[in-house]
Amino acid sequence: MAIGNGRNGGNGNGRRLAKVLETADEKIRGSQAWTSIFRPGSVYRRGYTDSPRNRSYVIMNNVLYHLHPVKVKRHAVKVSYTLCLGGLSFFLFIVLTVTGIFLMFFYRPTAAAAWNDVQTLETAVTFGSLVRNMHRWAAHLMVLTVFLHMSRVFYHGAYKAPREFNWVIGVILLTLTLLLSFTGYLLPWDQLALWAVTVGTNMMGYTPVFGSQVKFVLLGSQEISSATLLRWYVLHVLLLPFVIVIFMAVHFWRVRKDGGLSGPL
Amino acid sequence: MTEVPEHLLRRSRERRKALGLPVPGEEGEEAAPAAEAPAEGEAAPEAEAPAAEAPAAEAPAAAGGEGDGGGDRGGVPAHLLERSRRRRAALAGGGDGGAEAPAAAAAAPAGGGTATATAPKIAAPTVTGPGGHTQRLLTVVKSGSIQQTRAEAQDKVHTWPHLLVVEFAATLVVSAALLIFSALVRAPLLGLADFNRTPNPSKAPWYFLGLQELLTMFHPMVAGVTIPGIALGLLAFAPYVDKNPSHVPKDRKFAISIMTLFLMLWAVLVIIGSFFRGPGFNFVFPWNNGIFFEL
Repeated sequence: MAIGNGRNGGNGNGRRLAKVLETADEKIRGSQAWTSIFRPGSVYRRGYTDSPRNRSYVIMNNVLYHLHPVKVKRHAVKVSYTLCLGGLSFFLFIVLTVTGIFLMFFYRPTAAAAWNDVQTLETAVTFGSLVRNMHRWAAHLMVLTVFLHMSRVFYHGAYKAPREFNWVIGVILLTLTLLLSFTGYLLPWDQLALWAVTVGTNMMGYTPVFGSQVKFVLLGSQEISSATLLRWYVLHVLLLPFVIVIFMAVHFWRVRKDGGLSGPL
Repeated sequence: MTEVPEHLLRRSRERRKALGLPVPGEEGEEAAPAAEAPAEGEAAPEAEAPAAEAPAAEAPAAAGGEGDGGGDRGGVPAHLLERSRRRRAALAGGGDGGAEAPAAAAAAPAGGGTATATAPKIAAPTVTGPGGHTQRLLTVVKSGSIQQTRAEAQDKVHTWPHLLVVEFAATLVVSAALLIFSALVRAPLLGLADFNRTPNPSKAPWYFLGLQELLTMFHPMVAGVTIPGIALGLLAFAPYVDKNPSHVPKDRKFAISIMTLFLMLWAVLVIIGSFFRGPGFNFVFPWNNGIFFEL
């Protein structure tokens, strides 16, 4: 970072300003606090240079980037190969978590309160409508990206050895995504939610042998009621996210263990 | 004493036999049992390490212990003193066994002059490691046994910046699109749920509309449980059903055709269920009666 090299200005003020900035930079980024926060190789660290060593450190010394290996196959970086679909599904999951936590502040899962709470959120809460819209559209988009990701993986033959098991995990993740979306569908407690879920759960009632039991466990009662709302709320905000995070961890871990992305074709 | 692996013991026995030394396992009866223990202890590392100490290992065997033989240097075992003396002599005398020569290549110049005459030449560790310690190689762990290795080099790039920049751009684009779309398009919120007023038509969420469409053709158990169950099962087990190892599309015509057919069928069912079903879930054209669909 070249902060003012004094060449372009030439006048005394410019040079003095550059010097002040340089001193400030040295004071702040050279301080113990700064160097304790940003580990070696961080681009925010003083004296970062673009060297192979630092490029490796950027990945190794950051808990988020550490998900990645230090180096990846050249063809796997091309957008045209993956279309970023898997990564975007994960990103949408994070967006949904953040917006969902926001929504939880204003929502009570009871038949008496739910719809009114959503109505209040829409009309009286700052950014309430925007965040709810984002949550809903991101949810639909995530179903779509997960589905497209699966198609992409199939057409690349990326489910073949040694990645068979990761494909199975992926199908489980697809199912969990659908369940997350479906359980969230009921929560606004409007006509759309109630009858869409009625159609869906009626179908599950036709499970052979255990049909009525399956339906009862899902609904918490014989028909959709306040008990169903509570049950699906807990599934939606707690149980299913918990389970899907575990499967996602295994999924990402296996991507690396199985040798990174497949291909090139 | 730690347990010495079987293959190292075997190798040690072979090497000792080649050197003409008493082998503990077979004809080691002539050596005293007390002397056998240190000799065998020496044998394990010696197996991989250059065996300059092999002849030296005889010393305690002959002396019957370490205390009385070389007791002049407080506590240093006699065989080590002997080895050090011999090695120093070798360094002083032999010009070829210089310290710059690789340990593995240098033949033992002095050492057991009688033993090495017949035996295959065994390297002497004339090079010392940091701090003057002699390094001993205990075993070689081949990389293939602890990690996946590939014979051919792969064309790789650094994740930072090549991949992270792409990921960052992708998340930015999606965030922006999502934000703009959410600012412009409201998520539906219909009237309060009313058990006494069934909307016509009642539709499932769009991703289940394919199933609801099947419901018009089959018994609910078949449409709602059997078909999706089998489809999901087949999907999950695809890698175990498809034994074709090729990744190239032209070798996978059958798999690609089946999957495309499956995806298209599903897409068509979802689209019909979404846009072509009106009141009573009857078939309608969206340009005649409008769209009966909420996201």
